[in-house]
Amino acid sequence: MNELAIKDLLYKLADDQLILGHRNSEWTGFGPILEEDIAFSSMAQDKIGHSLAFYTLLNELGEAEPDTVAFTRNAGQFHNSQLVELPNGEYDFSLIRHFLFDNAETVRFEMLSRSSYEPIAKVATKLKGEVKYHVLHANTWIKNLGASTEEAILRLQSSLTEALPYALALFEPSKYEQQLIEAGVYEGEEAVKAEWLKRIQAVLEKTELKLPELESITPKYGGRYGEHTEHLQPLLDEMAEVFKIDPSAEW
Amino acid sequence: MTLTKEHILTLLEEVKDPEIPVLSLVDLGVITGVEISGEGHVTVNMTPTFAGCPAMDYMKKDVERTLEKHGITSHTVTMSFDNPWNSNKVSEKGRQYLKEFGLAPPPKYDLILDLDILEYAKCPYCDSENTTLRTPFGPTLCRSMHYCNDCRQMFEQFKPL
Repeated sequence: MNELAIKDLLYKLADDQLILGHRNSEWTGFGPILEEDIAFSSMAQDKIGHSLAFYTLLNELGEAEPDTVAFTRNAGQFHNSQLVELPNGEYDFSLIRHFLFDNAETVRFEMLSRSSYEPIAKVATKLKGEVKYHVLHANTWIKNLGASTEEAILRLQSSLTEALPYALALFEPSKYEQQLIEAGVYEGEEAVKAEWLKRIQAVLEKTELKLPELESITPKYGGRYGEHTEHLQPLLDEMAEVFKIDPSAEW
Repeated sequence: MTLTKEHILTLLEEVKDPEIPVLSLVDLGVITGVEISGEGHVTVNMTPTFAGCPAMDYMKKDVERTLEKHGITSHTVTMSFDNPWNSNKVSEKGRQYLKEFGLAPPPKYDLILDLDILEYAKCPYCDSENTTLRTPFGPTLCRSMHYCNDCRQMFEQFKPL
């Protein structure tokens, strides 16, 4: 298997987890209710742990130590989707992003758990169980709030419309797409997207929310190739602040 | 004295989960292997419960400290996903300790986590199965929060995974 293709896949998985983990952690102390504060903080912890698992695989393939990789790259060297770097916004936007992202991630992990590349298969097998709790959390709130008051429905609908062009770019094909599929690493981004769509539709059908026509939306591609919004670099600067002052600090 | 695997496992019974102090790492099921080389070098393999659990690093260091305390200076402790943890690995003894601690043990399941499993919990206080999942996220990554409709108390469960 082409090692560059595997590294490309690992970087996008790890970077998505790290950046969304950081965004989720920004809810700590600010959640609209205590349980949601705890939920987003817990998911932050999970996601940082998931990024560590993938950065560790990269380290085994000769890349730098996980902390170095996480804290010393600039925005242009990150392979995360633009969806995960967007600011948290109001709770409705964070919830919609969480719903769109984690449903995709769970499909991806399920496929990767059957991967021909054994190190990824082992990690994905473990993580797919943990992400189920994230999906359960997202789906429960979307079903409850998406069929509740007029304000809740309007807010969620507006956030859904805003987030979709970014969510569709989660499936931006890698330049190694065909190689990964042929080598049986996983079924590829189109397959992840098709299954994701079925799952989010099944939840949205139980609410008043409407999924816009996807064909008319231009995905906000670029993230997988290092093109990011103006929001990523400030996030990285904040995240790496302690590391940059003292790389040997333990806390 | 010649070291044996059983001897090492007995020593590791001393190491407790820092967040659930009644549960040893052996009962938690995170010790996946112990090997002793001809020269007496001890290798302990561990696997995390949850990938992001902040206590795992502490537990690994605690295993090293415990080995040292018992005079085993030649050792390696590794952490990997080779033999991944799932909640069925919590021992029967561990389940009993959890219940006595007031934490519902994870229900045993056939390794297909469906919604019914995630929502099911048996109240550790009154054994009722008439309970409701309140939130899948509790005070630590491995705990969910439930409400018992019979004895009307909130309780936590060690999550099935």
